[in-house]
Amino acid sequence: MSGYFKEIIDGTHSLVAGMGVTIKYMVKPVVTMQYPRASVKMTARYRGHIDLVKDAETGESLCIVCGMCQKACPSGCISVAGEKPEGAKKKVLTSYRLDFTKCSLCGLCVESCKPGAITFSKDYNLAGLTKDEFIFDLKKRLEER
Amino acid sequence: MNPEVSRLLIYVVAAIAFVALNAAMLVWMERKVAGHMQGRIGPKEVGPFGLLQSFADGIKLMTKQLIVPEGADVPLFKVAPMLVMIPAVMCFVTIPFSETVAARNINVGLLLLFAIASVNILALLLGGWASNNKYAVISAARAVSQNVAYEIPMLITAITVVMFTRTMNLHDIVMQQAGGFWNWNILPFTKNPAMALVMPISFLIFFTCSMAETNRAPFDLGEAESELVAGFHTEYAGMGFGLFFLGEYANVFIGCSLAVILFLGGWQCPFGLAPGIHWFLIKVYSLIFVVMWARWTFPRTTIYGLLNLSWKILIPISLFNLVLTGALIKVF
Repeated sequence: MSGYFKEIIDGTHSLVAGMGVTIKYMVKPVVTMQYPRASVKMTARYRGHIDLVKDAETGESLCIVCGMCQKACPSGCISVAGEKPEGAKKKVLTSYRLDFTKCSLCGLCVESCKPGAITFSKDYNLAGLTKDEFIFDLKKRLEER
Repeated sequence: MNPEVSRLLIYVVAAIAFVALNAAMLVWMERKVAGHMQGRIGPKEVGPFGLLQSFADGIKLMTKQLIVPEGADVPLFKVAPMLVMIPAVMCFVTIPFSETVAARNINVGLLLLFAIASVNILALLLGGWASNNKYAVISAARAVSQNVAYEIPMLITAITVVMFTRTMNLHDIVMQQAGGFWNWNILPFTKNPAMALVMPISFLIFFTCSMAETNRAPFDLGEAESELVAGFHTEYAGMGFGLFFLGEYANVFIGCSLAVILFLGGWQCPFGLAPGIHWFLIKVYSLIFVVMWARWTFPRTTIYGLLNLSWKILIPISLFNLVLTGALIKVF
């Protein structure tokens, strides 16, 4: 018989304790991010698709068109092209295309790049209706930035 | 026009409008309460603070096709959602919103309210049975056993209140509680101080039972989504489902308003100032908030736990409560 009343009292107490927890959470600030209106800042180690690094002084790419990234890529999704303008000492990048449909984000291209001209972007809003939308012209992206 | 006829028409239109508006607002409130308890915001896109969300949902439900499943008992299948709504609207006859706002002042109002409200469960049974769906049938059987179990302690506690107030007229019950909160039936210090020990227990039992009667979580065994799809309204599409929903929220309102009338002084102000319909609505919606608070706190009970709670705990305690009330009224 004492167990009967103990169960009722313990049960009631645990119900009240549970309601205390939820009411505390109700007055706490909201923790969800209202995504299209606001978005989180991506962490430093986030691996998006690769992107060219901008030289802070010239505003151009750091790329020397050595083609190491193109060779390192196991999926063959990078194609780099460059030319040597008349009288210049170094090659200049003319096009840098990334076929993101094949890329597995392994990062070998970033590791192989001696001048540090490519890095992972923080872009995660990737959606498209056609395959062609995922073939990125990274030089154009760099110029737009 | 004959004043009796116009009174009737105004009442019916107002009651149906109130039921629909009440359901829309309660759905919004429920989603907001649930959201904030889970660290979210809840609806916010449609209208200011998402207030128009349930109206948008209502329009969506009304434009949907009503599908009658194969092998269903068509007349019963179609009549069940209406049978949910009709008693819910009829219950508003007896509820006095304030001293002047009431459809009818009936001297057996409490009895009539219980009589009408118990039709609701038949509608759930019909809807579940007519759907020709095994989940719906299981759910209907559960809902009936649950309602039978919880109607008993609810009625017994209602009897303790009637013994104390000596009337079944809801208007008179509220009028007796005029003054301040020390006159309310939940803690009747001025009328019979000994009863202040018994009445809070009566209130708790009554409130728990009204939660179970309206099939609200944690007693929503009838529509246990994890095991019974959606329970008795599994096969209902569009506004058929919508009517079950409207009926549920109307019943929540009726259950809470009955608790307010019997125990918390109806439209009387806690401090004896400016009694009126606003106090009634404030109290009812606060109680509804508690119902939602419980829903988003507790997990669903098992069917055994549910019936054990009623037969082994609530019924013995309410019977003891009844005897004690009789003794206290006689002695003091």
